Amino acid sequence: MTKGLVAGIISNLVIVEVDGPVSQNEICYIKIGDTKLMAEIIKIMGSKAYVQVFESTRNLRIGASVEFTGHMLEATLGPGILSKNFDGLQNDLDKMKDVFLKRGEYTNPLEDDKLWHFKPLAKVGELVEAGSWLGEVTENWIPHKIMVPFKFEGKYTIKEISAEGQYTIHDPIAKVVDNNGKAQNITMVQKWPVKVAIRAYKAKPRPFRMMETGIRCIDSLNPIVEGGTGFTPGPFGTGKTVLQHALSKHAEADMIIVAACGERANEVVEIFTEFPELEDPRTGRKLMERTTIIANTSNMPVAAREASVYTAMTIAEYYRSMGLKILMLADSTSRWAQALREMSNRMEELPGQDAYPMDLPAIISNFYSRAGFVYLPNGATGSITFIGAVSPAGGNLKEPVTESTKKVARCFYALSQQRADSKRYPAVDPIDSYSKYLEYDEFIEYINENVSKQWIDQIHYVRNLLIRGKEASEQINILGDDGVPIEYHIRYWKSEVFDYVILQQDAFDKIDSSTPIGRQKFMMEIIIRIIKRDYDFDSFEDVSKYFRSVINILKQMNYSEFKSDEFIKFEAELEEILTKRKVAEPA
Amino acid sequence: METQAFQKIYTKIDQITKATCSLRAKGIGYDELAYIGDRLAQVVKIIGDLVTLQVFGGTEGIPTNAEVTFLGKAPTLKVGDDLAGRFFNAYGDPIDGGPAVQGKEVEIGGPSVNPVQRKKPSNMIFTGIAGIDMNNSLVTGQKIPFFADPDQPYNVVMAMVALRAKADKIILGGMGLTNDDYLFYKNVFDNAGALDRIISFVNTTDDPPVERLLIPDMALTAAEYFAVEKNETVLVLLTDMTLFADALAIVSNRMDQIPSKDSMPGSLYSDLARIYEKAVQLPSGGSITIIAVTTLSGGDITHAIPDNTGYITEGQLYLRRDTDIAKVIVDPFRSLSRLKQNVIGKDTRSDHAQVMNAAIRLYAEAANAKTKLENGFDLTDFDERSLNFAKEYSNDLLAIDVNIGAIEMLDLTWKLFARYFTSQEVGIKKEFVDKYWPKKD
Ligand SMILES: Nc1ncnc2c1ncn2[C@@H]1O[C@H](COP(=O)(O)OP(=O)(O)OP(=O)(O)O)[C@@H](O)[C@H]1O
Ligand SMILES: [Mg+2]
Repeated sequence: MTKGLVAGIISNLVIVEVDGPVSQNEICYIKIGDTKLMAEIIKIMGSKAYVQVFESTRNLRIGASVEFTGHMLEATLGPGILSKNFDGLQNDLDKMKDVFLKRGEYTNPLEDDKLWHFKPLAKVGELVEAGSWLGEVTENWIPHKIMVPFKFEGKYTIKEISAEGQYTIHDPIAKVVDNNGKAQNITMVQKWPVKVAIRAYKAKPRPFRMMETGIRCIDSLNPIVEGGTGFTPGPFGTGKTVLQHALSKHAEADMIIVAACGERANEVVEIFTEFPELEDPRTGRKLMERTTIIANTSNMPVAAREASVYTAMTIAEYYRSMGLKILMLADSTSRWAQALREMSNRMEELPGQDAYPMDLPAIISNFYSRAGFVYLPNGATGSITFIGAVSPAGGNLKEPVTESTKKVARCFYALSQQRADSKRYPAVDPIDSYSKYLEYDEFIEYINENVSKQWIDQIHYVRNLLIRGKEASEQINILGDDGVPIEYHIRYWKSEVFDYVILQQDAFDKIDSSTPIGRQKFMMEIIIRIIKRDYDFDSFEDVSKYFRSVINILKQMNYSEFKSDEFIKFEAELEEILTKRKVAEPA
Repeated sequence: METQAFQKIYTKIDQITKATCSLRAKGIGYDELAYIGDRLAQVVKIIGDLVTLQVFGGTEGIPTNAEVTFLGKAPTLKVGDDLAGRFFNAYGDPIDGGPAVQGKEVEIGGPSVNPVQRKKPSNMIFTGIAGIDMNNSLVTGQKIPFFADPDQPYNVVMAMVALRAKADKIILGGMGLTNDDYLFYKNVFDNAGALDRIISFVNTTDDPPVERLLIPDMALTAAEYFAVEKNETVLVLLTDMTLFADALAIVSNRMDQIPSKDSMPGSLYSDLARIYEKAVQLPSGGSITIIAVTTLSGGDITHAIPDNTGYITEGQLYLRRDTDIAKVIVDPFRSLSRLKQNVIGKDTRSDHAQVMNAAIRLYAEAANAKTKLENGFDLTDFDERSLNFAKEYSNDLLAIDVNIGAIEMLDLTWKLFARYFTSQEVGIKKEFVDKYWPKKD
């Protein structure tokens, strides 16, 4: 292997004079005393390799020896990933016993000795390729497929396959031979370079199945799909993290991967403490059983922060290849972009806008393109839905990370300062936000068949209602309450009904925090009925008074168990005040 | 920090800028300290044998033949129980005339706490200032700044919070503190008889600005000693973090780094996060809470310093002068403690959240009424009552000179509700109204 000597140090950028061939993104270890610091090559100039060190370089000296590994940064993939808390380099944080993180301490992401109950799925003589399912073990509750390693190229024939039984991840469970008769053993664990996409799938069509999130402003207005992409830009304190946590709790997915990327440690602690207690209503199991956390918080080394999103994505791709529905969340991708900026600055590269690297748009688009819905070679489907939080500097959306992300992510959930200030949570702006999937024919067809034939039309209808409501409220503000026809007040208050009852949702209430699609449909129908009616009012004061009482009852319904006695009582109360009001039914 | 006899002395500096010196030297460690003459400096870049040093005291008057000696170590602090009651400069040297501290020498700016070793912050800090305790409850292990205009009395409020919080240790990190403010803190702590639990690291406006860069790490290294090794509750006060960030900008600028927004280094977020994330609740019971000051320029919170701070801290506190009562209050609208939901109703009383929300809502009604009044519209009876409520609420609860217990502040708010409103107008859950609505006598 190639060796080198440290020739320059600028914070966590180290220049290494190498004595042999090295490759871009290769991993090396820098020796400092008895400790080895992991680093990654990010630029090569002649015999000088520029490496970003995943640790503090304090007390490192010129001349320190460096060993290259011949491989890129790799994730270790095998049973045991679920429910783990990893750092950005996939070190198992729970295996580190000190209060403080120790420089150069790397821990095993999996368990070497743990026995897994393996059941073969393939037979001797079968032709297989990278990603083919050879067998499975049960991990928590997920049938974890043991696959032909993604690094295997071409076709192989199964020579041997282990019988059902208990094995460790390092025991060979199959032997395969290639065309030339060369045999290789396969175990339950494999490695894969995190910055390279896993492509062991047959096709990647446009995604079309709706992913239920339980968040009304998403499902009922700008739905996302299994294998879709979205992002949530917003100034600090507008609710990006609360929204991400809500998605991780309620979204309909087999597995959740949370990349806490350069944000607060206390927010990760919240997941650590809550998820092992909280129940997933769909499976009755604890939320932590379907969750893996990659925690590289803001105070952890910045280069590892950059790696963390790739580590998370690689794990997502691995599980997608088992035919699972993955939801990956990253909070916040701006911190990842900033990590790139810090390194680019240290390398004195020609900066792009706001001193970000020139190729930032390409890096972001490359990353988002790894999400998606796929058909696996055996016909099964799998998906990675990716939603990233973006933290725009000064809350201004005209900045490189937001703009680059907007070009690739198909759902745009803009968190608005104004809505957050008036405590209209989640503060997703209903007018600026969009879901491109609403334009996909495949998606429309799916919704027509699986949700309802009216769903898409309703979405367009309420969007228009919201815009008209906003226009009306602007007119009222300019011309005064009695300077506009009463009709304007009615229009405004109709949009307020939708805002208060569908859009606003209390993330901290046990019932309101998640609304299954059936219940969303039910409420949506009630609201549309209310909105489509004509109303007669004598004065604008009556308009607000009336609709406030309507909203109040509808909100009580939101806080009650669906179809419970209480709920039905409120529903009846609503009917009463609706009929009491003299209204002309639409023609 | 004594130099050792066998150390090599260099006498040829190649390059001098406003904040850095470069020279050729061998065997130097990254982050290592050096003396250039009698000025302390730290290694910030090594390329081959060319070593660049950031000179904390500034480079004015440094000759190219100045004597440079390397100390073979990064900045350190001697930690021990005798830190208590002492005043130090940015280098950790006593400035109170007392003896040097004996203790274990530890490098400052040490590693982070493993996130899985943290505990969820859930113990309330009672300050007696109802504007904080009621609407923006603070929690041990939290990090929160005052976003303040330079003319606001943030140092007074911070000192008050510090003294009333039942902290085992209070550590003051003063950056660019005016001498008057430094003496203010000293006197307040002295008069309160609290000096024995206070430790101060101070860089005043008389000291070179780059020295400030050491202050937060010094303060937090001392904090970690008491929180981790002694399981103590430690409160760290950092004022003014805007001046700290300005010092970062000076250094990065001198090193020809490409500035990002507002001439701040591209690493500002990470630099600030490294400090604020030292706030922690440890499983052993020890904790570090950070209350900081970020002064604003012209109230602009989109400037890179408050903006990055807001993205890191767990809320922010705003002070505001309420001209109706001629007092400074804790602004209930813009202030936010993001950890308050961890403690309200649990460490206080179960009606806390409802009382808090109702009072703020009514206070907002008063603000609307005021706008109406200013625009020459008539006020309704409800408007009038809201305005009167707001005045009393502001004076009795939000003003920074208030000092009452948590139960008392809730009871007082109920009294104000009853004085001006019906229970329907207040809109609190029936079970609480039944229990706490003051009975007519
Ligand atoms: N859906 C919601 N329901 C109730 N409160 C909410 C909701 N969303 C946000 N909040 C409130 O807003 C506060 C800030 O939210 P959050 O931490 O998610 O902001 P953020 O956008 O992630 O900010 P930052 O960029 O600083 O991380 C929360 O502590 C909570 O009080
Ligand atoms: Mg957040």
